[in-house]
Amino acid sequence: MYHKTKGYKLFSFFNYTILILAALSCFLPLLHLLAQSFSSKAAITGNLVSFWPIGFNTNAYTTTFNNSNFTGSMLISVMRTVLGTVLSMCILTTAGYALSKDFRGRNSIMWIFVFTMLFNGGLIPSYILVTSLGLKGSIWALILPGAFGAYNLILLMNFFRTIPKALEEAAFIDGASFFVIFRSIYLPLSLPGLATVSLFIMVGHWNSWFDGLLYMSNPSDYPLASFLQTVVVQTNAQSMAMSQSEVAAMAEQSVKAAQIFISTLPIILVYPFLQRYFVKGIVLGAVKE
Amino acid sequence: MDYIVEATTETENINKKQRSKRKRQPKQPWSKEIKKNWPLYLLCIPSLVFVIIFAYGPMVGLVMAFQDYKPWLGLTGSTWIGLDNFERIFQYEGATQAIANTLIIAVSKIIVGIIVPIVMAILLNEIRNIGVKKSIQTLVYLPHFLSWVTVAGMMIDILALEGGLNQFISNLFGNEPVYFLGDPSLFRTTIVVSDLWKNFGFGMIIYLASIAGVDPSYYEAAEIDGATRRQQTWHVTLPSMLPMIIVIATLNLGSILDAGFDQIFNLYNPLVYSTGDIIDTYVYRSSLLNGQYGFGTAVGLFKSLVSFVLIVIAYRLAYKLANYKIF
Repeated sequence: MYHKTKGYKLFSFFNYTILILAALSCFLPLLHLLAQSFSSKAAITGNLVSFWPIGFNTNAYTTTFNNSNFTGSMLISVMRTVLGTVLSMCILTTAGYALSKDFRGRNSIMWIFVFTMLFNGGLIPSYILVTSLGLKGSIWALILPGAFGAYNLILLMNFFRTIPKALEEAAFIDGASFFVIFRSIYLPLSLPGLATVSLFIMVGHWNSWFDGLLYMSNPSDYPLASFLQTVVVQTNAQSMAMSQSEVAAMAEQSVKAAQIFISTLPIILVYPFLQRYFVKGIVLGAVKE
Repeated sequence: MDYIVEATTETENINKKQRSKRKRQPKQPWSKEIKKNWPLYLLCIPSLVFVIIFAYGPMVGLVMAFQDYKPWLGLTGSTWIGLDNFERIFQYEGATQAIANTLIIAVSKIIVGIIVPIVMAILLNEIRNIGVKKSIQTLVYLPHFLSWVTVAGMMIDILALEGGLNQFISNLFGNEPVYFLGDPSLFRTTIVVSDLWKNFGFGMIIYLASIAGVDPSYYEAAEIDGATRRQQTWHVTLPSMLPMIIVIATLNLGSILDAGFDQIFNLYNPLVYSTGDIIDTYVYRSSLLNGQYGFGTAVGLFKSLVSFVLIVIAYRLAYKLANYKIF
């Protein structure tokens, strides 16, 4: 009974302390952000706000939602996330299903896909390609280049592989085609897998900021993450060269905090689902029987 | 993301073994094969189209690395200059500095990124209260899913000279404020620690799963033999995690030139270029901001080629050491 010994109790005390501190460190910055977004300007510049709003007001949120640049880019983010996820899932589930079968040429096709995980053209050639296809400035520049992902394909293929072959064989005998089997056996039975991969793709689209800066020539076309990057990060880099008073005159910290928090909210909202699926998905594969 | 693939491929390996036990059917001629399996080929086509355009398409553009590329002349009109761009990589101080910084930051990230999740997983496994354990897990996985823009926004505020962390430190020790993001000697540490903070929880998942898979009778047997808990951890828990540790450590070899563009781009500034500028940020500035497309492509190609060799070696090693396969 090791956990009754004195030494283990001491260890246990330190262990709880370390792990709870680590867990709090992952959560407190977000709480700080939330507190700032509801606090008064004076309280923030005076560094009085920690994890509870001081001088409670909702001005930052009114300002944010009255800013048409913010709401506009939010709409663009929603559009790219929905369109991008649907498109990716369409092309990935079909290919994933096909590649979970044995057929002649399967391995060659698989290598065409897997090679993209090993080698890529890099930033400049991709930029030149998107520009020369005439996609620059259009929302499709944010959707099409990243629609295919080899990791997600392999993930889906593996989910399809776990479905018993006997089901498919029985359906074949009843005269079902590959398409019918795919739609009415494989898709419904691999819902957890589909949910995992779609959630990953959705989070990826929502968080993606660099392609917006690269391909959107007009800042009013920026998706939310790119908009946030210009507001939060670029102004900071500029402020390095400014005096204290100039910095104070810039966008208020409470507004920045509100903008960061609103853009993180969708991630926090899907997080419970995300967690349920990704842990299950990983554990399913990791523990060998 | 990588971890999931690593994990699920384990089942994949088992499937493969089972499949190879069955007798392979003799190859059918193509005509028969297409007649029978045409829907399968058809279903691959959409993905193939996307891959060929958006993954293989840019590889054509790599010829820019051997050109003095001018956007208005295009790939066919620009002058060919052989290996000049590559020679310049090793002449420009900025480029060699960026390569060195990349190596230092990436290797540090890999080392702490392997050790800390292992230790944390073992520690978390010792927590017997299921509620506490679940809550800790829920909280530490969260930062992995936040964008670096969000995290950078929070860090800029918290790590500022008059920010929360500096206040906390000066209350405790009474020293001068520390410039975490503007002091070249501290920047790399800030980068490595914040990356660890964001990803250690997610890295733990895989180890927690392999600990959970240990047969409880091993622990019972060890306990009957009089092993202390520390000895059990050392001689039962760790060895059972070893295959997973080996796979993850070898696969990380492939990311030795990936210092994390998203993170550094959002946190660095001209004050810390000397220690914080990496290959990807250098390529971005020299080509997209300064118009040296050919040179930027050459630096990118150099990185891609070295990474390619390393990834191939990593996969081969992982296969040899732990029987791991990508598909």
